[in-house]
Amino acid sequence: MSRTRSRIGVVQPATGEAPVGEDTCVPIHSAADILEARKRGRELAVALGFAATDCTLVATAISELARNIVLYADHGEIRLNSVARKNSMGIVITARDDGPGIADLQRAMRDGFSTSHGLGLGLPGVKRIMDEFEISSKPKRGTTVTARKWKCQ
Amino acid sequence: MQVPILKQGAYLIASIQSALEDDDLVRLCDALSTQVGKSRARGVIVDVTALDVMDSFSTRTLVELATIIRLRGAEMVIVGIQPEVAVAVVRLGLKLEGVSTALDLEEGIAYLDGKARSSGKEKNDRG
Repeated sequence: MSRTRSRIGVVQPATGEAPVGEDTCVPIHSAADILEARKRGRELAVALGFAATDCTLVATAISELARNIVLYADHGEIRLNSVARKNSMGIVITARDDGPGIADLQRAMRDGFSTSHGLGLGLPGVKRIMDEFEISSKPKRGTTVTARKWKCQ
Repeated sequence: MQVPILKQGAYLIASIQSALEDDDLVRLCDALSTQVGKSRARGVIVDVTALDVMDSFSTRTLVELATIIRLRGAEMVIVGIQPEVAVAVVRLGLKLEGVSTALDLEEGIAYLDGKARSSGKEKNDRG
């Protein structure tokens, strides 16, 4: 078993990126929490003045990530932050669990890959609908996905 | 939250009123696939106007339901997919292959009426 944490994605250095306001943390234990997490995400996107389509994309990404936690890790959390970079506002979604981890990240990021009854991890989809995407996972330790969406100017 | 299923003529109409938990959606699918036989419905309309998110789970479940309904000898049409939701479904890379959709309830009923007419005509042509 690999002892190193594997990472995939655009690792965006946090330079010039500042948190704005309080962050929101939604514990994910059951399917009901998926709805709560995406509701909070949508509210944050609306509050930041995101376009209607982007609000829905943020809510959809949260839905996918929260469901992965329920399906594969049983419990975890979704953290939502608003950040400022230069003159742009953005949302950072962090989905974290200490579940079994993903053994083969490369495979998990390929379309159509799934280990749970064909439901799909939906990770490639989340990567497509967000602007930035990063995943790190360690077998038996858990998975963290960080995804950002910037407000269109 | 349970989704009410209404019967109108030969059709069953399920109007989803708010965001649904996974289990509620699965229950709706079970109920529709049973009821379509009990009420001898020829068509099923699932109204998703109130759904603000259609992720991979809900999309796949609805695609499955459409197939089940067809295997049960009826037609299903999804109506009311919101424009932002449609964009998200496409960007996620989800496919609603083999699933009929219509703009709203009215168009959905018109679509099913058209299907019923053409299948009736087919029968007459054969007979």
